[in-house]
Amino acid sequence: MSTPINIQPARQFCLKCLLTLLIVFGLTIASFIYLALNPANLFTLEALKNITEFIGRFFPPDLSPDFLDKIWHGVLQTLAISALATLIAAIFSLGLSLPVSGRFGPTAKGITRFICNFLRSVPELVWAALMVLAVGLGPFAGTLALMLHTTGVLGRLFGESLENHPTVSSNALMLNGSGRVTSFLYGTLPGIAPQLLSYSLYRWEMNIRMATILGFVGAGGLGQMLYYELSLLREAQASTVIMAMLVLVIFVDFVSNKLRRIQMHNQG
Amino acid sequence: MQTSIISRDPATPYRLMGLLLAIAILWPMLQLTQFEPKLLIDPNNIQVMGDFLVQFFPPNIEATFLSLVIKATVETLAMATAGIALAMVIAVPLGLIISYSLSISRIGPTSDHQFAQSIRFLARSLMLVLRGIPEIVWALLLVRVFGLGAIAGVLAIAITYGGMLAKVYSEILESGNTLPARALILSGSNRIAAFLYGLLPGSAQELASYTVYRWECAVRASVVMGFVGAGGLGQLMDQSMKMLNGGEVSTILVVFLGLVLLADYISLIIRKQLA
Repeated sequence: MSTPINIQPARQFCLKCLLTLLIVFGLTIASFIYLALNPANLFTLEALKNITEFIGRFFPPDLSPDFLDKIWHGVLQTLAISALATLIAAIFSLGLSLPVSGRFGPTAKGITRFICNFLRSVPELVWAALMVLAVGLGPFAGTLALMLHTTGVLGRLFGESLENHPTVSSNALMLNGSGRVTSFLYGTLPGIAPQLLSYSLYRWEMNIRMATILGFVGAGGLGQMLYYELSLLREAQASTVIMAMLVLVIFVDFVSNKLRRIQMHNQG
Repeated sequence: MQTSIISRDPATPYRLMGLLLAIAILWPMLQLTQFEPKLLIDPNNIQVMGDFLVQFFPPNIEATFLSLVIKATVETLAMATAGIALAMVIAVPLGLIISYSLSISRIGPTSDHQFAQSIRFLARSLMLVLRGIPEIVWALLLVRVFGLGAIAGVLAIAITYGGMLAKVYSEILESGNTLPARALILSGSNRIAAFLYGLLPGSAQELASYTVYRWECAVRASVVMGFVGAGGLGQLMDQSMKMLNGGEVSTILVVFLGLVLLADYISLIIRKQLA
């Protein structure tokens, strides 16, 4: 009696894969050489002493009620920057999504798509640095920067979901004599609204994370506090700010995971 | 017979309440963010911004400046590559410790392995701290230890991405077919051998592919990290911006967008070969 044996053919020798592997390996080593970075140097006694001494200055963190009050204000500001930026961006994107989805002809589609791509390929931090020049230091610059980047991302996503949405219900309304605006508001919008909302919430989550660091270029929030405290060499205060950032990020992660699980559960 | 036409929207009271609630939430937010659109049309600000933006054209393409940009670009790529290499050094052991599919303490009806479980808990919390603090914060801190320059950037990428890779590695190892590894462990093999012969053959491609994708993200991140002095294109852009030199900023922006596209393309090619 013989049992069938699952014989897999041996993987063929692939010169191209081997070459890629060698190139990747070589370039990685070249990077270390180019940067004059010897990983072994990082673990010398002196480096370790420096690092432990540096870390030591961050403890204990400043937990005095006065400072915690400031931190709370910073957290609220960070949340407000991200929420407001996402809200305004969502409103702009809804307007942009009509031409992006091609409803006003191919020229308008091309132009608005280019605008969206441009807005989202410039990183938030660069936008923030530019906005600090435009409106001065402070959280307003951060809000504008996040808004510009998010408009680029959401404009495209909204446009795509509009494009993919079946036109049956809005056509039915139009055939019955309703106007273009009404048919959009009552025939199309209710269908895509949940998707738009979930895109916006997802972007809000990313924006909270971004808003914590935009302050490094002077755009408000927890980042600005951290930058300020570190510049004054007040490590105890800085370590409290870092902890607040960590807690905020972990909290947002936790909530969004929970929400996603609930959503998946609802969809079966 | 009479038909009455309802001209009023029955949902009006609810919508009105929602609107009032929205205003009640929005108002403090506007206060907190010091929202003043007026500043955008302030003639003084427009003057500064206008002067700056006008300089964007034409971009600065002097030979001396271009050579600086090219050097910074190479440095950025090297930072991302070295950073990911070090991140893997952190992520591989962490991922192996965390992964449940290689857990010996999970075998058998009793789970009386307090020590193993506390190690795993410690590793998980370490991972959370590493990836929970954004890379640019790590960079800002490390600049103070190692001085301005690429080394702080490399280590910042290594720390944050080490945490991220460890998490995803352990998830990949748990989501695939874990039966071969389990069989090996149950018949007395050690964890390393069970990983090499039971898990790695099935998941190597996915692991490598995700690492390459992270490299692409690291290129983007290393550009931004320069803003806190961690070398590369970002540091150059920060300097040009502080000097309000629009021509230089626009050159760097164009190079940056090109670099991101290039990284996308390289990562796509490598991942295609892996598939």
